[in-house]
Amino acid sequence: MSIAQQTATGAVALRTEHLGRRVADVSVVTDISLDVYHGEMLGIVGASGSGKSSLLRLLNRLDEPTSGTVFLDGQDYRQFSPRELRRRVGMVTQRPFLFPGKVAGNVRFGPSQRGEVLADEDIARLLERVGLPGFTAREVTNLSGGEQQRVSLARALANRPEILLLDEPTSALDEQAKMGVEQLICSLVKDTSLTCVMVTHDRDQARRMCDRVALMEAGRLIQYGKPAEVLGA
Amino acid sequence: MLKSLFHTQLTLGFAQAGIASVLALAVVLLARRRNIHLESDAAIALLRGIVQIVAVGSILALLLKSPRWTSVFLLTGMVLAAGSISARRAKNIPGARKVSTYSIAAGAGLVTAIMTWAGVIDTAITSLIPVGSMIIANAMNTNGLALNRFRSEVLAHAGEIETALALGAAPEHTVASYAESSIHASLIPAIDNLRSLGIVWIPGLMTGMLLSGADPLYAAIYQFVVIAMILASSGLTSLLSTMMIRNHAFSPAEQLVLKSSG
Ligand SMILES: Nc1ncnc2c1ncn2[C@@H]1O[C@H](COP(=O)(O)OP(=O)(O)OP(=O)(O)O)[C@@H](O)[C@H]1O
Ligand SMILES: [Mg+2]
Repeated sequence: MSIAQQTATGAVALRTEHLGRRVADVSVVTDISLDVYHGEMLGIVGASGSGKSSLLRLLNRLDEPTSGTVFLDGQDYRQFSPRELRRRVGMVTQRPFLFPGKVAGNVRFGPSQRGEVLADEDIARLLERVGLPGFTAREVTNLSGGEQQRVSLARALANRPEILLLDEPTSALDEQAKMGVEQLICSLVKDTSLTCVMVTHDRDQARRMCDRVALMEAGRLIQYGKPAEVLGA
Repeated sequence: MLKSLFHTQLTLGFAQAGIASVLALAVVLLARRRNIHLESDAAIALLRGIVQIVAVGSILALLLKSPRWTSVFLLTGMVLAAGSISARRAKNIPGARKVSTYSIAAGAGLVTAIMTWAGVIDTAITSLIPVGSMIIANAMNTNGLALNRFRSEVLAHAGEIETALALGAAPEHTVASYAESSIHASLIPAIDNLRSLGIVWIPGLMTGMLLSGADPLYAAIYQFVVIAMILASSGLTSLLSTMMIRNHAFSPAEQLVLKSSG
C-alpha cells in the first residue's frame, strides 16, 4: 500500500485526546487533540518554549499526561507497559546521547533490552540504511555530529518502531550534515512507510519534509493542516 | 600546668575545653585579619559542640547506671536521627529519608547485632554505645555520600537515562552504572581508613583504650576490628540505599522523575 493510499484510507496510527500536562501549576501542554495517520510525516512547529518538546515527550510517555490521553492504534496507551509502548513509539532527540563504546553496541541496545540479539548482518544493514556502511566497529567518540545523529537513528530503528518521534533531529548539525540527515529521514519514511512526528523550529524544513504541520503557541495547538496552509507559501 | 590548678576531673575538663576553644578562636581571629570571616560560625559551632557533648556525657553518666537493654533504644534513636540527617544530602529524591533510615538501620543494625552476638562487642553500655554509635555515624556518612553521588550522577546524565528509557530499557538498568559508581565512591573513606590505619591516624577508640590503660596491642587489634565492622556496615548500608533510591528516581510508569527542574 502506498503512502497516499494509506493516508486516503485515513488509518489513524496515533491519536491524542485533550492531551495536557501541568508542571507546578503551569500548563506546558494544553488540551491537544490531533490524529497522526499511518505513514505520514507530521511536523510540529512553534516558537521556542511553545511546548513542542513537552508534547513529544507525552507521546512515548516519557512524561505523564496530567489530562487526556494518547491512543495507539485505537488503544489507550496506558494499557501497554511503558517498555512495550516505547519500543513501538521510538524517539530521536536533538542530541544523540550515544552510549559509550562502539557503534554496534548502540544499535544493539534496544533489542537487547528484550533479550533479543541483533545479528551482525542486521546491524550492518541498518547502518547502511542510515548511510554509515562499515561503521560497525567504530568508537562513538570519534564520530562527527552528523554521523552520531545517524547512529542515533539506526539505534531507534533497530527497535522496529511503528512511529518515530523526532525532536529537532538536525538542529545541532551544520548545514551540510543537516541536509543529509533530512534526506535520510525523508527516504526512511517513504521506503518503510514509517509514521513520523517531527518537532522543528525551522519552517523551511517543515515545508520540505512534512505532509501536515501542527502549529503550537503557549502549549496549545492553534493550527493544523497542510504546510502551505499553516506556514504560508 | 592545669592539673596543679584544678583538682576535680570535671573542673579540669572545663578548663581544658576553655583553652582549646581559645586556641580555636585565635585561629579564627587570624583568619579575620586575612578577611576570612568565620567568627560567628565558629563561635556558634564551638558553643553548640560543648553543649551537645556535655549533654551526651551527662546522659552517658546516667545510662551507665541503667540496665543494658536501654542501649537498644539509644541506638535506635541514633539511627532515626542519622536517617534524616543524611537524607538531606539527597534532596529532590522522594523517599530519601525512609531509604536512608532503613539502610542505616539494616546496615549498622545487622553488623552491630552479629558482632554483639559473637561477643566482639560487649553488651555493657560503655562498650555498645560508643562502638554502635561509631558504626551508625559511619553508615550515615556513607549513605549520605552514596545518595549525593547518585543524585548528581543522575542529574548529570538525565539525557542518557531518558534515551535508554525511550529505547525500552528497564529503569534500574538505565542507572545501574551510576548506582555502582555511587557505592564505590561512598566506600572510599571507609577503605582509606583501613588502609591508613595506624600509619596516618590512630583513631579515637584506640586512643581512649590506651588512655584508660588497656594493653596497647589489644587496643590496636580492637581498633582494627572496629574499622572492619565499619566497612562492613557502611558497605551494606550503601548497597541497600542505592538499591532502594534507584526506584525512587522513577515513577511507576517508568519516567525519570529525579531531575533538576523538579
Ligand atoms: N519540567 C518542567 N518544569 C517546568 N516547566 C517546564 C518543564 N518542562 C517544560 N517546561 C516549560 O514548558 C515550556 C515549553 O517547553 P518545551 O521545551 O516543550 O518548548 P519547546 O517548544 O520544545 O521549545 P524549544 O524550541 O526551545 O525547544 C517552557 O516554557 C518550559 O520552560
Ligand atoms: Mg524543544
